[in-house]
Amino acid sequence: MEQPEQPAETPGETEEQPPETPAEPGSEDLRIGVFVCHCGTNIGGFVDVPSVVEYTKTLPDVVFATGNLYSCAEDGLASIRDAIKEHKLNRVIVASCTPRTHGPLFQGVCEEAGLNKYLFEFANIREQCSWVHMKEKEEATEKAKDLVRSAVAKAALLVPQEEMKVDVVPRSLVIGGGVAGLSAALSLAGQRFDVHLVEKESELGGFTRNLNSLYLGEKSAEETIKPLIDRVMSHENITVHLNSQVGDVSGFIGNFDTTIVSNGSSQEVKVGTIIIATGALEYLPDGLYGYGMYDNVVTLTEFEILCKSHKLPKVNKVAFIQCVGSRGQDKSYCSRICCVISIKNALYLTEKYAELMGDDGAERVEVGVSVPEIASRRRRRRRMAVAEGAGAPAAAPMGGPEITIFNRDVMTYGANHEVYYNEAREKRIRFVRYTPENRPKVTQEGDKLAVTYYHETLKTERKLLADMVVLATPLVAPPDAAKLSKMLKVPIGRDGFFLEAHVKLRPIDFATDGIFVCGTARGPADITESVAQGLGTASRAAIPMARGFIQAEAILAQVDPQICTGCGTCVANCPYGAIRMTEEGVAEVLAAACKGCGCCGATCPEKAITMMNYTDDQLLAQGRSILQGAL
Amino acid sequence: MAEFEPKIIGFLCNWCSYAGADLAGVSRYQYPPDIRIIRVMCSARVDPMIVLTLFKEGADGILIGGCHIGDCHYISGNYHTEKRVYVVKKLMEKAGLEVERFRLEWISASEGEKFAKTVTEFTEKIMELGPSKVGEDPELTNRMGAAVDASLDFRIRSLLGHEVGMIENGNVYGETKTEEEMRNIIDIAIEDEFRRSLILGVTSSKPASAKELSQIANLPTERIVEHIATLRQKNLLAIDHVDGMTPYYVALRVGGD
Repeated sequence: MEQPEQPAETPGETEEQPPETPAEPGSEDLRIGVFVCHCGTNIGGFVDVPSVVEYTKTLPDVVFATGNLYSCAEDGLASIRDAIKEHKLNRVIVASCTPRTHGPLFQGVCEEAGLNKYLFEFANIREQCSWVHMKEKEEATEKAKDLVRSAVAKAALLVPQEEMKVDVVPRSLVIGGGVAGLSAALSLAGQRFDVHLVEKESELGGFTRNLNSLYLGEKSAEETIKPLIDRVMSHENITVHLNSQVGDVSGFIGNFDTTIVSNGSSQEVKVGTIIIATGALEYLPDGLYGYGMYDNVVTLTEFEILCKSHKLPKVNKVAFIQCVGSRGQDKSYCSRICCVISIKNALYLTEKYAELMGDDGAERVEVGVSVPEIASRRRRRRRMAVAEGAGAPAAAPMGGPEITIFNRDVMTYGANHEVYYNEAREKRIRFVRYTPENRPKVTQEGDKLAVTYYHETLKTERKLLADMVVLATPLVAPPDAAKLSKMLKVPIGRDGFFLEAHVKLRPIDFATDGIFVCGTARGPADITESVAQGLGTASRAAIPMARGFIQAEAILAQVDPQICTGCGTCVANCPYGAIRMTEEGVAEVLAAACKGCGCCGATCPEKAITMMNYTDDQLLAQGRSILQGAL
Repeated sequence: MAEFEPKIIGFLCNWCSYAGADLAGVSRYQYPPDIRIIRVMCSARVDPMIVLTLFKEGADGILIGGCHIGDCHYISGNYHTEKRVYVVKKLMEKAGLEVERFRLEWISASEGEKFAKTVTEFTEKIMELGPSKVGEDPELTNRMGAAVDASLDFRIRSLLGHEVGMIENGNVYGETKTEEEMRNIIDIAIEDEFRRSLILGVTSSKPASAKELSQIANLPTERIVEHIATLRQKNLLAIDHVDGMTPYYVALRVGGD
């Protein structure tokens, strides 16, 4: 019967001559074939399969219907393949189990027989019929007929779909040159991908550049990140853009068009993936605990800058206050890394006290705003002049500092961090607990700072005269994160940090393919965590770039530009940023980014969007065919 | 007439509820055989127009099954489903069809038992309500037609599509609305557009006076006159003829076909 060598003009055995490849419905005669599966007795035992087959033959456009003992067995599959060829079927329906498990198998058979796999339709008469109506054979048989009829109604309206392949540019844009971004860039460059690293400051290193010592590390912060920076600067696959920002981004996974703006000039770079590593800022606790009013009230990071630049004044009594501006005081969240950082600094001060306070020849200056590093930092952050403060430096008697850490509860999470807490206790660092109802108060008393607090154990008000108060403030999202979020169409949460696709299972992905997030841009994290996340995003971004292409969904939304009025409702509703407005002012679906949920189609005020394979017509035809009842 | 066999259609999302229905089968949970399932990729695919059209054409019950809130395969689809269900129910209410005939349920892929239970309960409810009167009762059929037309109205669909954005990000002027304010705006839109669709539906077959329309729509004449004015402004309604002092209105066909 098969005549593979014969050209098309060979007279056919049947009176109808369907074209080789099926086209739009209506442009050809429909030839629907239906295969009803017994599935042994799984269906056959509870549904009268022969009667369903006979009924199916009476349905419009059905040219072939048969029962199969096991459709998914090799002989069952072969019979489908043969029937497609023999009866020149251009739509195929299998009525058996569930498309969730067996859809791809039967679609594959259709393809083998030369039929586009999107011309296949399933009728679920086992899981959703025979197995759930085991005592009602008659009703179950009627239901099976209805389900087949509904599938036939849909099949008649199916159109072939093509799965689009989209090339992926093997180049990545890393936004932010802190430890997370540096790690991501190095990892990608090591895998031979081109990397463009954009840093808005004039040097790499990010927040870590402020830091003095690191916990769980012998080396200083500077010594730790220097090699990372050097390797990035000298890597042949990495282009570093300093004093730069991302000006614009459009496109989708594999093909993002980005603009990098540096010192007024801009450069277009086409990349396949984007990694957000924009980091976080330290919260400035203006108005809290005398910050901004008294010179010797500094933040944790400012304290580190003082230590690092050898400009720590002579201090003896130092009070740390934890959870300043976090956990409900302003920000709702716990910044989680500040406990261990305060302990780190308390230990640092204790251990290096002699060195820091001793006669090392360095000039001792007043603390606070009169230290240039701090002053310029505060000015930059606030964009306002800070009054020049005076105040004599406190005379620090030698012998060792007296450190008190005011806390709500100490959280030294992580495998090795509790050691620090124990060590701090051994070194006589005092931990005093306060409650949010009874926060300590800081006032100036002479040349000292008076910390008045309620002692929870003694149940009395106490006062501590300190030379310096260090405030542990949370990491906060930089204000420009919102701008970047809009530009990349990825979400930020209530606190301004980037929001991952799934809190548990996809912690560094976005719902939008090809864009990833790492480091403190997604929430407070320490260096270890930021590096791990940076490496994670590099590995995620490498997947599509190494493969070189992505297979786009065939089931996707299509916009009719003749009907679209450009209202933008679909753009607002698409969770994947897969719809954009063209220059002509109409919506356009980015095939590579569309996942085919159909939300836009059900929202479009003008009904200009068709959801392929689940069109309004197809769904209504299914519904109407069910309502019409057995003939 | 034989015993009532309700026509129930279930739209289930591929990832959660359809899988839940499959699990009910694998677990052999038995439930009444009246439901017919249509698979969609996401519950958010189910356009209010589709549900209302099928009710208009005689469905006794329609069930939509989606992933639990927060679990949507498409991140936020079911959130939109919930918003649309609200509009469908409002329009059913306006048309006078029992809203209990329509049900939305979150059923995960592991909730086979819940699926069977939901279908059993829902079928019982529909049995209790009896056959839908749509088709038998011409006024109800007309009103359901108006509900379908209203579900296709630009204003309602646009408001629905922008509801979340308006609450969270505000409009182009940066003004945000509270959830309650948005609901009020949407409620007003539903009421207006339903009445206007009804007027257009009635006058498309036969010219009618404001007084007649007021009776059909069960609305004071002055409100009907306002709607007539709006529809005339939009060039959707015109005066067909004047009988004595009373103008009779007729719906205008607009658009291509």
